[in-house]
Amino acid sequence: MSASDDRPAVPAESPSVDPPGQGAATHTTKEPENRWSTAFREIVGGSWGVSVGAVLLAILAGSILIVATDENVRAAAAYFFARPGDMLSAIGSAAGDAYAALFRGSVWNYRADSFADGIRPLMVSLNYATPLIGSGLGLAVGFRAGLFNIGGQGQMILAAIGAGWIGFSLQLPWPLHMLLAIVVGMITGALWAAIAGVLKAVTGAHEVITTIMLNHIAFYLLFFLLATPGLLQAPGSANPKTPPMQSSAVMPKIFGSGYHLHLGFVLALLAVAATWWLMERSKLGFTFRAVGENPRAARVAGIDVGRTTVWVMVVSGALVALAGVTQVLGTSTTGFSTDVDAGMGFDAITVALLGRSNPVGVLGAAILFGAFRAGGATMQAAEGIPIEIVTVIQSLIVLFIAAPPLVRAIFRLPKPGSAPRRKAGDPAKEVAA
Amino acid sequence: MSATAPVVRDESPVSESLRHVTVTSKKFPTVFTFMTVVLGLIMLLAPREGETKFRFAADTDFFAIPSVAVPAMPLAWVCLAILVVLTVLSWVLFLQERRTPWALGVLFGLAFLAGFLGWGGAGSVSDFPVVRLVSSSVLLAVPILFGALGGAIGERAGVINIAIEGQLLGSAFVAAVVGSITKNPWAGLLAALLAGALVALVLGIFTITYRVNQVIVGVVLNVLVLGLTTFLFTQVLVPNTSQLNQTVRFPAIRIPVLSEIPIIGPALFRQSIIVYLMYLAVPLVWFALYRTRWGLRLRAVGEHPLAADTVGIKVERVRYRAVLVAGAIVGFGGAYYTLVAVSQFNRNMTAGAGFIALAAVIFGKWDPVRAAMAALLFGFASALEGAMSVVGSPVPSQFMLMLPYVVTLFAVAGLVGRSRAPAASGVAYVKE
Amino acid sequence: MKLELRGITKRFGSLVANDQIDLVVNPGEIHCLLGENGAGKSTLMNVLYGLYAADEGEVLLDDEVVHFDGPGDAMEAGIGMVHQHFMLVPVFTVAENVMLGHEPTRAGGRLDLEQARAKVREIADRFGFHVDPDAIVEDLPVGVQQRVEIIKALSRDAQVLVFDEPTAVLTPQETDELMAIMRQLRDDGAAIIFITHKLREVREVADRITVIRRGKVVGEAEPTSTDAELASLMVGRSVELVVAKGEPQFSDALLEVENLEIVDRDGLVLVDDVSFEVRGGEILVVAGVQGNGQTELAESLLGLVEPSSGSIRLDGVELVGRSVDGFLREGIGFVPEDRSVDGLVGTFTVAENLMLDRLDGPPFVKGASLQIGARDEFARRAVEEFDIRTQSIHAPAGRLSGGNQQKVVLARELSRELRLLVASQPTRGVDVGSIEFIHERIVATRDAGVPVIVVATELDEALALADRILVMYRGRIVGIVPADTPRDVLGLMMAGIAPEEGSKVA
Repeated sequence: MSASDDRPAVPAESPSVDPPGQGAATHTTKEPENRWSTAFREIVGGSWGVSVGAVLLAILAGSILIVATDENVRAAAAYFFARPGDMLSAIGSAAGDAYAALFRGSVWNYRADSFADGIRPLMVSLNYATPLIGSGLGLAVGFRAGLFNIGGQGQMILAAIGAGWIGFSLQLPWPLHMLLAIVVGMITGALWAAIAGVLKAVTGAHEVITTIMLNHIAFYLLFFLLATPGLLQAPGSANPKTPPMQSSAVMPKIFGSGYHLHLGFVLALLAVAATWWLMERSKLGFTFRAVGENPRAARVAGIDVGRTTVWVMVVSGALVALAGVTQVLGTSTTGFSTDVDAGMGFDAITVALLGRSNPVGVLGAAILFGAFRAGGATMQAAEGIPIEIVTVIQSLIVLFIAAPPLVRAIFRLPKPGSAPRRKAGDPAKEVAA
Repeated sequence: MSATAPVVRDESPVSESLRHVTVTSKKFPTVFTFMTVVLGLIMLLAPREGETKFRFAADTDFFAIPSVAVPAMPLAWVCLAILVVLTVLSWVLFLQERRTPWALGVLFGLAFLAGFLGWGGAGSVSDFPVVRLVSSSVLLAVPILFGALGGAIGERAGVINIAIEGQLLGSAFVAAVVGSITKNPWAGLLAALLAGALVALVLGIFTITYRVNQVIVGVVLNVLVLGLTTFLFTQVLVPNTSQLNQTVRFPAIRIPVLSEIPIIGPALFRQSIIVYLMYLAVPLVWFALYRTRWGLRLRAVGEHPLAADTVGIKVERVRYRAVLVAGAIVGFGGAYYTLVAVSQFNRNMTAGAGFIALAAVIFGKWDPVRAAMAALLFGFASALEGAMSVVGSPVPSQFMLMLPYVVTLFAVAGLVGRSRAPAASGVAYVKE
Repeated sequence: MKLELRGITKRFGSLVANDQIDLVVNPGEIHCLLGENGAGKSTLMNVLYGLYAADEGEVLLDDEVVHFDGPGDAMEAGIGMVHQHFMLVPVFTVAENVMLGHEPTRAGGRLDLEQARAKVREIADRFGFHVDPDAIVEDLPVGVQQRVEIIKALSRDAQVLVFDEPTAVLTPQETDELMAIMRQLRDDGAAIIFITHKLREVREVADRITVIRRGKVVGEAEPTSTDAELASLMVGRSVELVVAKGEPQFSDALLEVENLEIVDRDGLVLVDDVSFEVRGGEILVVAGVQGNGQTELAESLLGLVEPSSGSIRLDGVELVGRSVDGFLREGIGFVPEDRSVDGLVGTFTVAENLMLDRLDGPPFVKGASLQIGARDEFARRAVEEFDIRTQSIHAPAGRLSGGNQQKVVLARELSRELRLLVASQPTRGVDVGSIEFIHERIVATRDAGVPVIVVATELDEALALADRILVMYRGRIVGIVPADTPRDVLGLMMAGIAPEEGSKVA
């Protein structure tokens, strides 16, 4: 077959005496280890039009769900043929009210009397975005290095344990105490992630399974620590909850006590910059990307793939841990319980995918999803729509983004490049057959 | 050279020409040592007194077997001694460049268990419920086992199914709704199979047709199904529980004769129809994969899709069929939740069973029978918590709840190692 | 059955892989399709076999136009193909592979294995093969696997048989046997298309010859044509495969390999008690049919494979047990066999690939950070010096042609301070122009006093470069002989037969 023979190179190349030889991207089909990067390249390669289309489609699907489950719409549907207008207006008000509440809760509260109150939802959104930025960055680093770290939950829990324990048990002056708690939390989270890295490097165990198992183990570990007097449980209480953080360990509010937004958001922004530098400008990041794109070539180039895998997990875990740290030291400082991760670990997957594993993209995606969360909470309170609608919309966005041809077909967007037919698509792929 | 009578050398396989040396692995002796030390430490640091009573009878047994009372610490010490002997034996075999036989591993496991249970149940007023342990092992394994069968079929055809969790949850939900509306568990079961296949269809569309990364689609599908079912549960089911979330469960059926066998009779043969279907499903899936045209083509497509294509097999069609069948099989597991275990759907009621099923697929090396065994092992690890709590074990319950996940972690990382997956598993087939 | 291709054109984007190709093959005839790597032969056969849809042109069988939507249709019509990369499922048995796609079944969809076995035996007996229907394919030697491919085609009553580069993986003896089989098939009335770029084979077996160059038919030739005539038709100009190189000037550098043994996970001894020396200023070619331990030997010289015993010493320093990085720091240059998988990160830019194994410090890395300026400047120089044809140093390396990808790898490896160069099949899949360039650079490295090891599967390359030739067979050294050893002796050695008087140490 044509695997080594007759493989045309990509035509974009300037005309040369070379007949087509060993061609492009053979590893995408020949080498399973590299399939991650293929997928991410597909995602990264999609146009922004697809992203916008995917978000619109997902919101549309969400509207259908809201409308279909709305009491008034169903009531009106019962006499649809008698008075169709009733149903249409019920549909309009169900979807309209829902998205109005979403907007009110996430961007600008148009019912507020003052600017200070009106802007508050935006601050709430950014507050929700803070942990998503950290965990999304952690996932993105893993993706770029070919690792699917689904262990966000466990890493956040371990970070909360580390930071929380320092935060409520020690007596230290303000910046020192807070910094120590942050560092310890990031270290415990990173070490927890490193377990999966070591297992992958030493035994080849797939990180998707090991990180998920570590999530459950972390959960029960935290449960045990919270349920056992003398460990994390607040003294004199039988509830599985920690004592509140010392004020010397708490992250200060950025815009004063009127707004929830705290120092964690600044830390998250710093993490965005640091991650960009790490991946694009540092030696370590170079090895991460090389291992992610082609572990075999990396190995031939003298990069220790196993050790790199462990480092990837450590960095990824530390970034995810930042999310856990900001939760317990910034967002809810009155002590935490087993739900400290608040599903952030899984949301981070969608954030990293929507952000195309690019630090700035992750920042944007995290703010968007933070807004969804903030608005979803308002929607739940005002319209009684379960907040899980946000999860549905988020996962639909990622699904649609992952399959650009689907979105293009629905919106009749042009294909990138001029090739009109599927068969004339990517020549590298074609010849791989 | 003659044109009609070719001279052909006698070919001898390469393996005969290449020298062969024995490769032994330290895995068994290392694991044995670790576990022996763990049990030894437990016994030394937390010695206990009294007897452990093992109860082998179910309430309605034909033959009443009396409970057996054993002095706890002596039992544990004897078991520990056996463990030490087996560990030493395993090291000796390793040094002689011989493999540790599997039987030794099984013996080791049993001795460890007996020692641990003996220690755990010491001095308790309650009997240790052996029958209940066996039966709840099987019951807790049901969704995992169906999930693992579905996972094995998918991966054999080249599609990694991370969405087992979503299929279980989705089919549990649909089974609850349809079962409640119709008040007929069979209708609920049928709907569950369709729901499992529906999630599989979405997986197929994205991974087979659009060639999106299979792991990403699987993970996202899980999140999507969790979000959808929770949304609908809160929004629709909770306000209408009696109409929409109150199923009629499958009754338990006693199999004549078999159900009267001591210990295993009451544990295995007084179950609902779904459990019996599970007993049938394992050999059926095995037969279909290895002895039928469907299975041959399915495996060919998972190992070398291009080769299959060149002999005229439609790769994508075979994969779609495999994924849909696998989804329906997982649907049985989902139906178990709301038509057998309880009569109501609840949010996230599968709680990660799908991921354990995935681990069982790998632990079982993509073979339906071994994957089923692995599922039973995980079921057992989960059942142990309930049994231990009956005798008031000194181990904190959180650690017992952690056990199945720890076992999975060890299984995937330790004992299996780099086993060989179907070669094209996880790779979309790009023909042109 | 008579096969005719009329005006077949196949394009990939703007590249025309097949341009208006006409071809007629009659029953009872072996028709040779001769062309360089990348000339478009395999593309044409994939069109014939229904794997690709032609953009223009038609396929006729017995003067009737046929249309194939897939390989299934082609097989149905009586076309069988023996693929260059065998289309066999490695973990299946011979019988399972042969029956796949047209399985005999009994009631309930059960496979009728007995019938499949009988079919295998029947065809094998007809041609005097010995193939166990229940053997697992991946356990069989390559030559036998190829016979399974032939049986597979014949079990579907193929009357047009395509052999796509069938001799690439065979020893000279196995090649002779294959040709005998092809003749027998021809005499039974089959129409045979034999695709190759090896001139000797063409002259030996062909009834008619069609030469393809850059996707076009450039002429027909008679089997009586000379090698030179065929070669110039195929390449378009006269080729000089001999590399200009002087007598070796030995330096003090020395690589010693002693009693090296490499064992795979299943305990197979892939490299068995191998010992040899290479002096500075000398090229040692490791020759042999692919899969006889050369790959593992080469990889062990970079620490990619850990030997189970034995030693590798460079200037007296033991290297076994070090990491790959440790080998690289000793100044070992390595050109891997499969560059697109092992040599390059396809999605990385040319510049990034040029610094891939130079992360241990200046000039490209300072502290923890990459030196982008130094990298790009080096890349510009390398692109110029090695004549790498790329749009930009920031273009992904995967987009370059095979020859240019190989030049990127060479540029990276040769720009370091080397004390040993190991190059595995450095010109595989590379165009003629680049071959000359690559050979020159390898010889230049040798002339700089560096010990050089070249792994070669083609005798032409071995003879062109070697100062001495080490022949491997089934993991062992058959012999180490001078570069002027006759071809037929080398051919026998590649089949494991040691030369009578050829000394072990040359």
